[in-house]
Amino acid sequence: PCPPLTPLPSAPLQDIRNTVGNIPMEWYQDFPHIGYDLEGKRIYKPIRNKDELDVFLEKMENPDYWRTVQDKMTGADIKLTDEQVDLVHRLQKGQFGDVHFDPYEPAVDFFTHEVMIHPVTNRPADKRSFIPSLIEKEKVSKLVHAIKMGWIKPRKPKDDTPTYYDLWAHEDPNSILGRHKMHVPAPKMKLPGHEESYNPPPEYLLSEEEKLAWEQQEPAERKLNFVPQQYRCLRAVPAYSRFIHERFERCLDLYLCPRQRKMRVNVDPEDLIPKLPKPRDLQPFPTTLALVYCGHTSLVRCLSISPSGQWLVSGSDDCTVRFWEVSTARCMKTLPVGGVVKSVAWNPNPTVCLVAICVEQSVLLVNPCLGDKLLYGATDQLLESYVAPEEERVQPVQWVVATTEEHSKGIRLVVQHSKALKQVTWHGKGDYFASVVSDNSNMQVLIHQTSKRWSQNPFRKSKGLVQCVLFHPIRPYFFVATQRYVRVYNLLKQELTKKLMTNCKWVSSMAIHPGGDNVICGSYDSKLAWFDLDLSTRPYQLLRHHKKALRSVAFHKHYPLFASGSDDGTVIVCHGMVYNDLLQNPLLVPVKVLKGHVLTLDLGVLDVLFHPTQPWVFSSGADGTVRLYT
Amino acid sequence: RRLCILKGIYPHEPKHKKKVNKGSTAARTFYLLKDIKFLLHEPIVNKFREYKVFVRKLRKAYGKSEWSTVDRLKDNKPTYKLDHIVKERYPTFIDALRDLDDALSMCFLFSTFPRTGKCHVQTIQLCRRLAVEFLNYVIASRSLRKVFLSIKGIYYQAEVLGQPVTWITPYTFAHDHPTDVDYRVMATFTEFYTTLLGFVNFRLYHSLNLLYPPKIDGQADVELKPVEGKEYAMDSESYLEKLSALSASLARVVAPTHEDEVEIDEFPVEGETAEQMDARKKEQEALEKHKKLFEGLRFFLNREVPREPLAFVIRCFGGQVSWDKSLCIGATYDVSDPSITHQIVDRPRVEKQVVGRYYLQPQWVFDSVNAKLCLPVADYFPGVLLPPHLSPFVTEQEGDYVPPEKLKLLALQRGENPGDVRLQDEESEEEEEEEDDNDKDEEEEEEEDESEKEEEMKLKRMEEQKTQSNKALPVKVTAGKLRLEDKQRLEQEQQSEEKRLAIMMMKKREKYLYKKIMFGKKRKVREANKLAAKRKAHDTAVKEEKKKSKKARRA
Repeated sequence: PCPPLTPLPSAPLQDIRNTVGNIPMEWYQDFPHIGYDLEGKRIYKPIRNKDELDVFLEKMENPDYWRTVQDKMTGADIKLTDEQVDLVHRLQKGQFGDVHFDPYEPAVDFFTHEVMIHPVTNRPADKRSFIPSLIEKEKVSKLVHAIKMGWIKPRKPKDDTPTYYDLWAHEDPNSILGRHKMHVPAPKMKLPGHEESYNPPPEYLLSEEEKLAWEQQEPAERKLNFVPQQYRCLRAVPAYSRFIHERFERCLDLYLCPRQRKMRVNVDPEDLIPKLPKPRDLQPFPTTLALVYCGHTSLVRCLSISPSGQWLVSGSDDCTVRFWEVSTARCMKTLPVGGVVKSVAWNPNPTVCLVAICVEQSVLLVNPCLGDKLLYGATDQLLESYVAPEEERVQPVQWVVATTEEHSKGIRLVVQHSKALKQVTWHGKGDYFASVVSDNSNMQVLIHQTSKRWSQNPFRKSKGLVQCVLFHPIRPYFFVATQRYVRVYNLLKQELTKKLMTNCKWVSSMAIHPGGDNVICGSYDSKLAWFDLDLSTRPYQLLRHHKKALRSVAFHKHYPLFASGSDDGTVIVCHGMVYNDLLQNPLLVPVKVLKGHVLTLDLGVLDVLFHPTQPWVFSSGADGTVRLYT
Repeated sequence: RRLCILKGIYPHEPKHKKKVNKGSTAARTFYLLKDIKFLLHEPIVNKFREYKVFVRKLRKAYGKSEWSTVDRLKDNKPTYKLDHIVKERYPTFIDALRDLDDALSMCFLFSTFPRTGKCHVQTIQLCRRLAVEFLNYVIASRSLRKVFLSIKGIYYQAEVLGQPVTWITPYTFAHDHPTDVDYRVMATFTEFYTTLLGFVNFRLYHSLNLLYPPKIDGQADVELKPVEGKEYAMDSESYLEKLSALSASLARVVAPTHEDEVEIDEFPVEGETAEQMDARKKEQEALEKHKKLFEGLRFFLNREVPREPLAFVIRCFGGQVSWDKSLCIGATYDVSDPSITHQIVDRPRVEKQVVGRYYLQPQWVFDSVNAKLCLPVADYFPGVLLPPHLSPFVTEQEGDYVPPEKLKLLALQRGENPGDVRLQDEESEEEEEEEDDNDKDEEEEEEEDESEKEEEMKLKRMEEQKTQSNKALPVKVTAGKLRLEDKQRLEQEQQSEEKRLAIMMMKKREKYLYKKIMFGKKRKVREANKLAAKRKAHDTAVKEEKKKSKKARRA
């Protein structure tokens, strides 16, 4: 607050001049002296031993205390004179220090502002004031040159056309170019729903779990890009923090997103369902579970039925073969065979009562001794009438006559193979039968003749793992199904006639239409392929009805029905009408899904079989039962 | 990039991605060669180059501190116009209207930006001006149809010359500017949109015989003068402020003749039946009625409610509106005006209430507009728990979930007494509670029936049933019904099985499509069911709470 005091000339009589100069005086704080005088001697600080009380007393008692200041340079107390106090006051008010200075004196010009007629000096004018300036000339000529060359242009006139006018005053239809027709307008922003309201109905608010799920989702896959929220009044609604983001994203979409017209399928789903003839019109077909044949303790692998339709034979993993009466579900006979039964086949010849059973490495020919006594007696006679040929021929298998013990059980002949067997099937006439060995050599398929006890190996070379074989019901054809193909051989000419591509990964089973022109193949990749042999070598239709692997397929002898059994425990019965007219394609309609088998070990239905005369279907399952649907 | 934005060029999805992309399937954007050539021909490309050169020269001059050169350059700053691009992109006016949605939303957003940084002040001012002009047009033409208060902002939908135009405005708060947004892209879009909107505004004003740039009606202007304080020194600014107050009508080129609305001659279209004509006429009438929804009502806005949207909406439907003088210029009457019919209030309690006016929350205005009728005011008093605010943009299709409030609203629109509906609802709810084991068919029938007489009959019958069931053994009744249903069920089962079999026979592609459609349908149903269940749970919770509170009160 106090202006720095200059050492006043009149003030101290004892003239102590400090020579330290303009330095912070704190530097001498810890010294007894405060500087040096002109002669270089120390100036000692005056002894000050005033404590607070002394200061206070002095303040109270000394009337001149207010005008006493300490000289920082000398450390002495100085009492200001009246003039000095006046000066301080004036300076505090912002007035001039000098009392006698008048700031408002009238100004006197050095020169008069009036223009005088005579020059101030008498010097004659320069020559350069008469001749044009060269520098200026240069400058002007530069400009002129620039204008001539078009480097400098006159300033553009400000165009005063209105910024906005009726742009569409003359809409001419010709201006609509091809571009505009091709232009795909950007889709509009989605309009907000109830959930976006600041006060939505309570059901649109997210619950805790939903909120958590929302937070864990990627921002791109969220259904809503905001959390619905409820505010009690409009005043409480805050600003939406992502507003600019959303606008920006829209901008990006507008100029960076490829646009494409997408045709939206607008079909009634009911129209997609094909119009099929009603199953009711395609009767008869099996619809309900009629009988359950219980007795097996393990999965029933195979089924076969006598040509009369009276007896049923089933082979199971519990090493038995059981003979049933169809109509009563009574187990007529149980034949323990000492091995897992892979396949059974009843001789299709009605005059012969003979069943071929695959057990491990041998085919057993069994006379079940059921039905007409004359019939099975005749069969035995037929088998015994065999006369061994003179010269022994080399055979791939051994034909062994059953022992007496076996004979009493009904086993008549045993055809012993070198490897485990997979399947056995009869020719339609009932004399020949074919067996499949699970092997990789050319010995996989063997054809046997019962009456001559004679076997032969039809193939020279192996063409893959044979899954099953089949005789054509009428003509001398032989079907061999490998994993992916079905080969059709002509047995008379001994040549390959056709090779059917199944389009499946692994064929499991095969059946032929009694007419002989159509074949169905079931596969482990749950497809069923229907072949029309006259049409092509590719499937006429590939049916994907089952959900799991197909185990077996079967045709009915008379009715236009076929069935397929699968691991999903269902048997699907289809109507498969084949017309005599070659031009008309077969009509395939699924008519019934039969359920009943319990899934055990992930296996459902293992074999299906039609009754030879009635529209009934048998199915054997992994649950150890055989079921009849009528 | 800028050129693409201005010219509206977008990438295309090639038909054979692999072929175009030389065998790789990596994601790339493809532009049509034709489009690129089209861009090359654009005269504005040269203008852009000129501008680039200008910027370079200017920078150099600044670097050398040649101030005269800077001045000269600034004087000759190259400019460009986007008029021809607008015309080229939208050969007809209707095309332009169709694309107005984004333009409006963008302009409204930019007009709320602060005048610092981010983008040029001129752009913001221009956006504000254009937005206000558009709002004034909507008021003058009374073409607003729907309003929706969402948590993002306020959605408006207007019908401009038969085209629905929807835009969103943010709530008036300061933006916290995100860092991951490229403002240059937005600015380029805005540049184009402002040009477009300016021309559209011009055309729209002229279609209504209004002056453009808009002038406030002389009469109103005089009224406004005294309000205009000294702080509004700048004439141009105060003009925009006054305009944005939205309270005055606009000057017309031709003075509006009295009884302007001449009966529109009817031109029966050939092949149109009388019924269709009637329907159209009815629609027209409804529209006219909707336009005059707030006609004759005088509103006063309290200072805590958002002024601009409310003033805009009220004025769009013919109401008169005013606010506190200190809030904004353009207030036409005071709080104490006795002719005020509605006062919009957004605080829990009003201290001094004046007799003869309704004190309402702002949602009433918006809900009334969406419902196309003045809703009963009881639900919207200050401090009352508001009914949910529903989106007017949702049109429920069959099978969708319809919130019960919407049902109520629909009933109101049909002209039923709301009190009755509510009573019936409660009654039926109680009944439902009493007998949950009632079979569903009857309930459905109940809901379908609407006329009161039948309702009464139903009630009587129900009562009879009740008495009967009390007398007779219920087992007997159920047994009889079961048998009846059995036949139907059998038939149904058979039909469904047939369908299942037929589905099995479908071709692979069709099956895929069918499954997809069915999946979509099922998902929809599931969502609707979920919502309904949630609502039910909520309702029961609320009811229980009510009961509890009642009990507590009793105790």
